[in-house]
Amino acid sequence: MGLELLNIFILLLLVVTALAALRVRDLITAAAVFGVYSFLMCLLWAEMGAVDVAFTEATVGAGVSTVVLVATIFNLKRKSND
Amino acid sequence: MTHWFAIIMGAALFTLMIPVIYRIWVGPTSFDRILGVNVIGTKTAVLLVVIGTLFDRVEMFVDFAISYALLNFVGAIVISRYLNRTISLKDMEAREKEGARKR
Amino acid sequence: MMSWLTSFQCLASAPTETVGTEGGFLVLQVIGVLLGVMGLLFFLGAAVGLLRFPDFYTRMHAAGKGDTLSTMLMLAGFGLVTMEDLSLGSWLLLIKIMAVVLFVYLTSPTSSHALMRAAFEDDELPLTEDDLRNSKRGKRRKKR
Repeated sequence: MGLELLNIFILLLLVVTALAALRVRDLITAAAVFGVYSFLMCLLWAEMGAVDVAFTEATVGAGVSTVVLVATIFNLKRKSND
Repeated sequence: MTHWFAIIMGAALFTLMIPVIYRIWVGPTSFDRILGVNVIGTKTAVLLVVIGTLFDRVEMFVDFAISYALLNFVGAIVISRYLNRTISLKDMEAREKEGARKR
Repeated sequence: MMSWLTSFQCLASAPTETVGTEGGFLVLQVIGVLLGVMGLLFFLGAAVGLLRFPDFYTRMHAAGKGDTLSTMLMLAGFGLVTMEDLSLGSWLLLIKIMAVVLFVYLTSPTSSHALMRAAFEDDELPLTEDDLRNSKRGKRRKKR
């Protein structure tokens, strides 16, 4: 019964993080905020009981995709500044 | 007793995350945003243990929390190492102008 | 909407249902709850610090410290609360939770330091005394 409460909180934070990721101008910060987004997604999976999916989401989200995004931004010629 | 404690802690943690999200949203410099990301990263490890107690399978979720703390560290280090290497648009144009003059 | 209401009823009725400690040691659980509440307190301090401080470096200071300490306290609190019996299993669980605390303790200062170095090299100037003096807020403080 406590899980529905956590569920609502996580979903609210997800929406806010997504909007923040869109709104931010600096590319690297957007990659960082996407890291938070994937953290919250992983919490959502874990909270719904899908434990292995949560684990993969955490590894991919924080471990791989943030690193790859930052690497591409670093190699980009045109960089928007904040 | 543990369920009741886990629910209260989870709810309190989420309400206390709102200032951090506000800092990420407003954050004048991009470093503040990454600082917020860092704080939320470590807090998610605690939240995982909260969910673990709610599911009465704490052993499995504690393994998650360990890998979480490390993954968050990887992300933070990569971002801050690359952060001071990316130059903004203005400096790049300045540098190109300098190059043109020297040649 | 209905699920929203039922979740609140469960909160209201929760204390009466699970007042008995199912197998947990009351002393440990009380200490655990105390540790958890202190962890929340420190996290509140960190959050307020993150909100109210004028300059990036002061915010970094507040968040870096408060966040690590509150994680440690809360995890220790959880470790004690979920300690059913003094068998090997629950001791192992406590050690695992302490391992999480150890990793957070190792990683969080390093990442804060890396972020601080990145900010410093990006010539993010810290707030100086005269900034405060001639800033709006500075003037208000002097009047009082």
